[in-house]
Amino acid sequence: MALKLSDYKTEVHNDWCPGCGDFGILNAIQMALSEMGIQKHRAVIFSGIGCSGKTPHFINTYGIHTLHGRVLPFSQGAKLCNPELEVMAVGGDGDGLGIGAGHFVSAGRRNVDMLYIIFNNGVYGLTKGQASPTLKLGLKTKSLPLPNSNNSVNPLALAAVSGFTFIARGYSYDVRHLKDLIKQGIAHKGLAYLDVLQPCPTYNDINTREWYQGSDNLDSETGKQIPRTYKLEGAGYDGIVHLEDEADSKMSNAILKSYEWGKKIPIGTFYQNEMVPTYEERIASKIPDYVKDPPSSQRVSLTDGRPNSDISRLLDILRVSN
Amino acid sequence: MSLTNKVKNSLNWLIGGAQGSGVDSAANIFSRACAEGGLQVFGKREYYSNIKGEHSYFTVRISEREIRSHVDEINMLVSFDAETLLRHAGSVVKGGGIVYDSELADVKIGEVPTLDDAFRDRLVGLLEKVGKPLTVQGVLDYASDNDVSLFSIPYFQLLEEFSTKIEDHSLSKLSRMVNVMSLSSSMALLGFPFETLGSAIRYIFRSKPKIADLNVMAANYAYEYTKTHHDASGLAFSLTTKKPLPDVILVQGNQSSALGKLTAGCKFQTYYPITPASDDSEFLEANEIVPQGEGKDGSILVLQTEDEIAAITMAIGGALTGARSATATSGPGFSLMTEALGWAGMNEVPIVVSLYQRTGPATGLPTRHEQGDLLFATKAGHGEFPRIVFASGDIEESYYDTIKVFNFAEKFQMPVIHMLDKAIANSITTCKIFDQQRILIDRGLLMENVSDISPDLGHASHYRRFKLIRDNKNNNNGEANYLISPRVLLGTENGIFWNTGDEHTEEGHITEDPEIRTAMMDKRMDKLRIAIEQIGDEDKATLYGIDEPDSLTVISWGSTKGAILDAMDRLIDEGKKIRFVQFRLLNPFPIERVRTLIGDHKQLVDIEMNYSSQLALLISENIGISMDHLIVKYNGRPISSSEVYNALVRIILGEAPRRIVLKHGA
Repeated sequence: MALKLSDYKTEVHNDWCPGCGDFGILNAIQMALSEMGIQKHRAVIFSGIGCSGKTPHFINTYGIHTLHGRVLPFSQGAKLCNPELEVMAVGGDGDGLGIGAGHFVSAGRRNVDMLYIIFNNGVYGLTKGQASPTLKLGLKTKSLPLPNSNNSVNPLALAAVSGFTFIARGYSYDVRHLKDLIKQGIAHKGLAYLDVLQPCPTYNDINTREWYQGSDNLDSETGKQIPRTYKLEGAGYDGIVHLEDEADSKMSNAILKSYEWGKKIPIGTFYQNEMVPTYEERIASKIPDYVKDPPSSQRVSLTDGRPNSDISRLLDILRVSN
Repeated sequence: MSLTNKVKNSLNWLIGGAQGSGVDSAANIFSRACAEGGLQVFGKREYYSNIKGEHSYFTVRISEREIRSHVDEINMLVSFDAETLLRHAGSVVKGGGIVYDSELADVKIGEVPTLDDAFRDRLVGLLEKVGKPLTVQGVLDYASDNDVSLFSIPYFQLLEEFSTKIEDHSLSKLSRMVNVMSLSSSMALLGFPFETLGSAIRYIFRSKPKIADLNVMAANYAYEYTKTHHDASGLAFSLTTKKPLPDVILVQGNQSSALGKLTAGCKFQTYYPITPASDDSEFLEANEIVPQGEGKDGSILVLQTEDEIAAITMAIGGALTGARSATATSGPGFSLMTEALGWAGMNEVPIVVSLYQRTGPATGLPTRHEQGDLLFATKAGHGEFPRIVFASGDIEESYYDTIKVFNFAEKFQMPVIHMLDKAIANSITTCKIFDQQRILIDRGLLMENVSDISPDLGHASHYRRFKLIRDNKNNNNGEANYLISPRVLLGTENGIFWNTGDEHTEEGHITEDPEIRTAMMDKRMDKLRIAIEQIGDEDKATLYGIDEPDSLTVISWGSTKGAILDAMDRLIDEGKKIRFVQFRLLNPFPIERVRTLIGDHKQLVDIEMNYSSQLALLISENIGISMDHLIVKYNGRPISSSEVYNALVRIILGEAPRRIVLKHGA
């Protein structure tokens, strides 16, 4: 039976603020799952804490709403124990780049085959608008008593130097484009990072939907708004590593590109390299049966309850006599 | 002293040296040789938080009957550096012997940089009091005055001769074998046959046959030299071999629980490096391919994470897929795990945390022993959630317990904290080979398939992972008990559910409804009642000794078990009535079992390796009984049976204060 978009929706009341950018991301995820025909029970959406953390409850697949900052280790643990699962991790920028930044870097080093999406809005929404790690230095969003005194982290560059092998950025109000990026991220062999620019209509009164759409950025001749976001694929940018020896230069290009901000903000795929072995492949090089018989599918006991493992060989080594 | 007057096959042997100089290898060879020689072995390792240079030592106790602990008195001290002599020569008792390097006699106390000020001051005070020079010779004289035999071995000369004999002139390389040579000298003095020693050397170096050969030759050279040049008649101890019993293993405490994990079918272990827990994970990783029935290979995936938070959360992720999952850590790491522990409690996820306790708080004494985390383990985390805390008393027990704790985790769908410690991890013992069939696997209510018309499906046909099921019996509130809801694994068709750290509905969606909140709290906490009903009495608390109404009752938990049993045997041999209650299940607290075992007994003595007598506090909290005596130790060194014996004698004689603080240790 073909799966419809509605099959991926739950009946749970969505309590995000009206106009929240999160809705676009939610729709894009559901569309991607539907278009790719991923069976509902084979997918697991993990999330961190905050508004974005509620995402799994709105998606009709397995949904694991974890702890603040810990979505990556929870999800990697599940994926590595059952590589058959389609695992996606979602969370906010405070969750993934503040409290969870250590896990972000370490996940890159592993390159587990899954997708991580950060809903990036520059603020801690659910705790009422504090500055997040991606808010630019000196900005004062409306609930901050004083301008932000921390510099911002660049998640795309951080993903690149940490070892993520697919790095992309989407915009939550360009749902079709975002959906395509999610599909690419799922299809990618390795750890994919997708940064989504997601205006928070309640607390971020600077990087608003209007701002992204260029309300203050008018064409001097026509007087029309010039949207800030533009698509890399339409601008002749190719971030895909086709040959091993171009990995470094492509990564350098991606990092440079990721610093473009202001009047022009690139979205699309910054970098992709499928030549780096996934963590699953690294395990399989040591445990030959790993793919065929991963931890989740190995039987623990015989039907009568006796253990299935046999450690006689190890015990024999410890014997004091033969 | 003629051989017939000697104490045969019962002694306490100690070897010491700078870390990195082969103390462990020598002690492992000694232990293996004695075990192959049919003797019982109990050894323990002490070391600094340091890579190279600080003092480490290993004591190995040997007997023909079962031994389960170390003692304070040293009978044979084996050394090849000055510090070992300065630190331990004074503990060698009458009739004992000291093997040492001839060239070290003139070393002054002030010339040993790794002696810390506090110890140096105490040693200087002692030597000045007895009028001895402040040198190695001074401590040797002090020992000699106490009828200890001194055996001076010219290691350097022996190495030179050996080097010429085998035509290998790399003396610095050969000098690394001084550990084995000193051990071999002690074996010659004790009359232990070289053949068995040689076999043990080959066993320890089995992966490096050339090095094994060289060590056997060097050992033999030292052995023959010692036999020729020394008269051991003043030594009151000897070692001989006999045929070993079948099915005996020599196993370390950092292997036993790991072996239990393999038998239990643990398929995923995560860890962040920490002493003394890392060995558990490294053993598993080194043995990641696990033979299964029918000639098939299975495996365990061992993953080193970026921190302990990742370790426990990854293990939880793994457990959600159905893989039996664990993490191993020590106090500082466990502190970091507490938030996730609560998440596992909230979402009823079965995970096992092997908590190898060490001295706290903060970094504490990072390589030393303590049982300071009992109350923390029983309460760790914010809010209230069920968990099992289960303590093993020795190496053998820790193998079987490890299989049990995985069963507990899955049957009761909650995190289990398996209490182990540095004393267990860094000791070695002979014991009966582990019986792989003794503990059966029980995975609890695990749904492998869900029908699309299953009665477990609830709202919008979603699986009710947290289905509220009640039985017909009433709980304390006069309301029906909750039962455990069947668990499905991620990836199961028709089984879609949600987890959240928030309070949740039966399907696992967030709710703040006050009635569901109460029901879900009751459901989760009711599992503790179920655990108490289903866990057997012997796993709650075990009784040893002479069970009479007027017996003195010792209570304790964890690795003090061996020292208590050995001391108790000695007291019973002397006609004392004494019984020992070893606590195993520490949360939920087995109130009825404890009432039965100690409720009517006078003269209760609690023994623990912590400051506060934490078990005594738990007993007081749960059943309102207080102890007559508290014996505690918190200097980082495991309790010895000598100490337990002496403290209990004082109590029996009525000479003890209510609280006795034990302080022995080097």
